[in-house]
Amino acid sequence: MEIGLVHYLTVGAVLFGLGLLTVMTRKNSVGILLGVELILNAAALNFIAFEHFVVGGLGGQVFTVFIIVLAAAEAAIALAIVLNVYRNYRSIMADRLTTLRN
Amino acid sequence: MPPISSLLFLVLSGLALGSAAVVAFSRNIIHSALALLGTFLGVAGMYITLSADFLGATQVLVYVGGTLTLILFAVMLTARIEDMKVSNPTQGLGPGIGLVTVVLLLLGKVAATTAWAINVRPSNPSTAKLGHAFLTSYLLPFEVGSVVLLAAMIGAVVLARRAVKREWEKE
Repeated sequence: MEIGLVHYLTVGAVLFGLGLLTVMTRKNSVGILLGVELILNAAALNFIAFEHFVVGGLGGQVFTVFIIVLAAAEAAIALAIVLNVYRNYRSIMADRLTTLRN
Repeated sequence: MPPISSLLFLVLSGLALGSAAVVAFSRNIIHSALALLGTFLGVAGMYITLSADFLGATQVLVYVGGTLTLILFAVMLTARIEDMKVSNPTQGLGPGIGLVTVVLLLLGKVAATTAWAINVRPSNPSTAKLGHAFLTSYLLPFEVGSVVLLAAMIGAVVLARRAVKREWEKE
């Protein structure tokens, strides 16, 4: 069995699906962040796979570097926000943060 | 006996997807966070098989060394130890699985029916070429990225610090 583009796309799609499921079903804010990381990894894997098998050049790798950079920045900011939310509400479950409701 | 590259791909994708399933379905947030390690390592291995060796190393360094440590810090600082057993509850699993199935079917149909112009290349190391690209044609995005990281770092420090009042400020 020769490993080709479709195999990598399948892995990327399943990774994306699991990330989407995590984001949609988790109540814990940190759990939602874990799902976002899964989605970003799936997108980056697709970039690299398309670059290797279809496009060539370096654009996919450059884009993936920026995905990694932005994911690091996003994680740092989001976790600072989560810490602040925990300090104010004593909980980080997303369904309990209802101050803005009504 | 399948070739070694196919075996390697199977092992790496199994590691990545199995760990991702633990992330998605574990009821303990610490197990979820630690399982993300397996996903990152599997994806890093797949980068290397796709001749993106620098990105594989970067993935291990930045994600495993930085992001995962940050996430574990946040878990330890926010989850209460006594209800650690169900620290990661889920809701709406049925509609979620339904929507994800639809999305996966759509993605699979697109990936299977599109005629990709596949052009098989040999796997070559690309770190030197990537470095040259970053210092020539991608110089401006590279600098903007470093400024973004600096801004995010300052912002995270400002957001996460505790407002400590010194003695002379309390009066």
